[in-house]
Amino acid sequence: MKPFAELLDRLIYTPSRTAKIARLVAYFRAAPDPDRGWALAALTGGLGFKGVKAGAVRELAMRRVDPVLFGWSYDYVGDLAETTALIWPEHPTNRNWPTLGEVVERLQAAKRSEAADVVEEWLDPLDATGRWALLKLITGGLRVGVSARLAKVALAEYGRVDPGEIEELWHGLAPPYVELFAWLDGRGSRPDLEDRPIFRPPMLAHPLEEDEAAGLDLSRFRAEWKWDGIRVQIAARGGETRLYSRTGDDIGRTFPDILDRVTFEGVLDGELLVVVDGEVRPFNELQQRLNRKTVSAAMLKTYPAFVRLYDILFDGRDDLRALPFDARRARLEAFFAREHPQRMDLSDLVAFDGMATLDGLRGAARGTATEGLMLKRGDAPYIAGRPKGLWYKWKRGPLTVDTVLMYAQRGHGKRSSYYSDYTFGAWRENPESGSAELVPVGKAYFGFTDEELKLLDKWVRDHTVKRFGPVREVTQALVLEVAFDSVHRSTRHKSGVAMRFPRISRIRWDKPAGDADRLEAVERLID
Amino acid sequence: MAGHASAPHPETWIEIRPQGLYCVPGDFYVDPVRAVDRAVITHGHADHARAGHGAVAATAETLAIMSVRYGAEPEQSRQALALGAPLRIGDVTVSLHPAGHVLGSAQVCLEYKGSRIVISGDYKRCADPTCAAFEPVPCDVFVTEATFGLPVFRHPDDRGEIAKLLDSVALFPDRCHVIGAYSLGKAQRMIALLRAAGWERPVYIHGALQALCDLYRDHGVDLGDLRPATAGQKGVARDDFKGEIVLAPPSAIADRWGRRLPDPVVCMASGWMRVRQRARQRGVELPLIISDHADWDELMDTFDDVGAPEIWITHGSEEALMHAASAKGYRARALALVGYEEDGQ
Repeated sequence: MKPFAELLDRLIYTPSRTAKIARLVAYFRAAPDPDRGWALAALTGGLGFKGVKAGAVRELAMRRVDPVLFGWSYDYVGDLAETTALIWPEHPTNRNWPTLGEVVERLQAAKRSEAADVVEEWLDPLDATGRWALLKLITGGLRVGVSARLAKVALAEYGRVDPGEIEELWHGLAPPYVELFAWLDGRGSRPDLEDRPIFRPPMLAHPLEEDEAAGLDLSRFRAEWKWDGIRVQIAARGGETRLYSRTGDDIGRTFPDILDRVTFEGVLDGELLVVVDGEVRPFNELQQRLNRKTVSAAMLKTYPAFVRLYDILFDGRDDLRALPFDARRARLEAFFAREHPQRMDLSDLVAFDGMATLDGLRGAARGTATEGLMLKRGDAPYIAGRPKGLWYKWKRGPLTVDTVLMYAQRGHGKRSSYYSDYTFGAWRENPESGSAELVPVGKAYFGFTDEELKLLDKWVRDHTVKRFGPVREVTQALVLEVAFDSVHRSTRHKSGVAMRFPRISRIRWDKPAGDADRLEAVERLID
Repeated sequence: MAGHASAPHPETWIEIRPQGLYCVPGDFYVDPVRAVDRAVITHGHADHARAGHGAVAATAETLAIMSVRYGAEPEQSRQALALGAPLRIGDVTVSLHPAGHVLGSAQVCLEYKGSRIVISGDYKRCADPTCAAFEPVPCDVFVTEATFGLPVFRHPDDRGEIAKLLDSVALFPDRCHVIGAYSLGKAQRMIALLRAAGWERPVYIHGALQALCDLYRDHGVDLGDLRPATAGQKGVARDDFKGEIVLAPPSAIADRWGRRLPDPVVCMASGWMRVRQRARQRGVELPLIISDHADWDELMDTFDDVGAPEIWITHGSEEALMHAASAKGYRARALALVGYEEDGQ
């Protein structure tokens, strides 16, 4: 438990990705099985205990601590696990720290009624960091700034394999991953997952820069629409079916309307969309279905899910990834004609006769649930990762509005001495007073050069009117041209709008703030 | 102890005024937050030792610190008090006793007609190589700070924290470790602890620390080789700081001054670092829980060591401390003094 507690404690304070990976690799190297496997499961969100909930932790604290003092402490610290860890009276004991493996195995076996007693027994020999790590582990949600993906990248680095290989195996394995570590350590063979619907790392596209577009030999490329949904992979094998996100997260649980209708075997690549009466709905509606634990019947009815297919990786058990795009496309069409998969269709190839046509199509894409075009080389095999020169995404030009800088926040890591995160607003009429006021419409922290950042930072410091911790409110005087891919309605924001991918496209030092855009202008851009 | 039956209770001769704690029969204040005619000062931190008083009594070290901070103040009359030596002011006997907080820090003991109050200022109980250790003084009323007046605050052994720092320096030889530390007390203690742990390389210090480090040295605290952390070429990080330890006031690190540091590991030496979210909010990568204030257990132990039946609480988390002191059988009262920094390090 000690190395795991130290790992979490260090990770939470480590801002840089490289340093986080280094810490994880060092941990995987030093920790024994099965502890490191359980740690990996905890970091990737794959570990849960039914017996202990937040309420039980509070009750535990009450066994040892004056409730009044606990209350004031909790108000101050703001985190139940941490408050309990810090306030727990230290009783020197000769008992050893439990290992992570002991903790996990004993808690998984414990009855609901026993769990709290088991945890209480462990809290005494641990120190404050150990108690914190234990309580975080058992109440779920470590929140130490490590995504599942990052943990897997670190694991790949530890075993000197491609991260794609970890992703490919991941969903076929279960904690504590002893077999996986044995392979990475060179003590065992690669786990055999022939019969499992595992995730196959997808092929990704590069953005097509305007200057690059001109030099492209278009005769070698095929064009498809770039749909505004989320990239998914449907994997069906051995009687099991999974729906994976682009990063390999299993999102199938909330999409029974897709999974329950799968009758084929194979692995398909496509875009998850909400489609009503044959019409693709805005991304906003798809978002209602994402990141949920469960899905209601009403959700299924209002926002029916649909997959638009554009590639096939396996037809049955036949691995097609080495085939060129054109051959895979033919196989995809044949597969579709044969299997008639429900709630799915084919993403059409877009006919074109030259760059001018393509550019025109791309520009006309707005309002059609697409973000632009995809260009794929006809002779390219399906290669995991982001190989150069084979697939391009060519997004339509962004929308822009002129906004006024309202707040600036200190950045992180290398930018921590700079005010680099900017909240900007558009003008509207105050409903009560009738006078003009700014309402925040978005926040952006990139799009400018390092030189511009220095100038912006200085401007913020020179024009601060109020400070709130790391945030400064500034004089409403600087106009920022903001570019974004789309804008939709949002009930979570005061302005009622939310932008996708906002970035600072130009700093309008010259423009008077009063000439910046009004909220109505932003609203007119809603798809 | 002092209080025989006829002794006047301190609440009859000590008043809480907007300027601070006022001793009526002696006509002076202790640690007033505004300029007054006569003041007794516990220690040199700016919220306790303000400029502009008419007459000041304090330890020689505290007076020296005030001179560094505020210059000579020629209008002011100053009286240096040796620890334990009594001074008569009107009908009141004043004496100073070590508080263990920073160099020169003292508790102020006031005795009037057989009644005794000890105003401890800021204090801690763990050993500190840069100042004299706290001595409990029996009294009728003990006035305490409550900076860390919540039971979540328990400071670990400072040697362990220094070891954590040196481990990190060894782990990241290409980065510079910059430690945010108060310029009076914490900075010098950090350097002394580093020296005690065997760190013999130069320690680089922000300009704001120089004068006070010199002062500590003049008072016999050995800080080893100190060098100014000057900027090299403007806007470019100094590569020769790689693998080195730099000390700076906390506010400087996240500001433009910090840009001279190559890929710094930002460390902060403070009791607040015990709370993770607090450390994260401040962008700290390596929190070092080193404090010059008593932690919860030290506060509790001190009440018992001093043995005063009544405890007055000045600044910090008064409610929790009052609750706990009452539960231990002490009469406890929050003074609600204004002007002291809640954020003491």
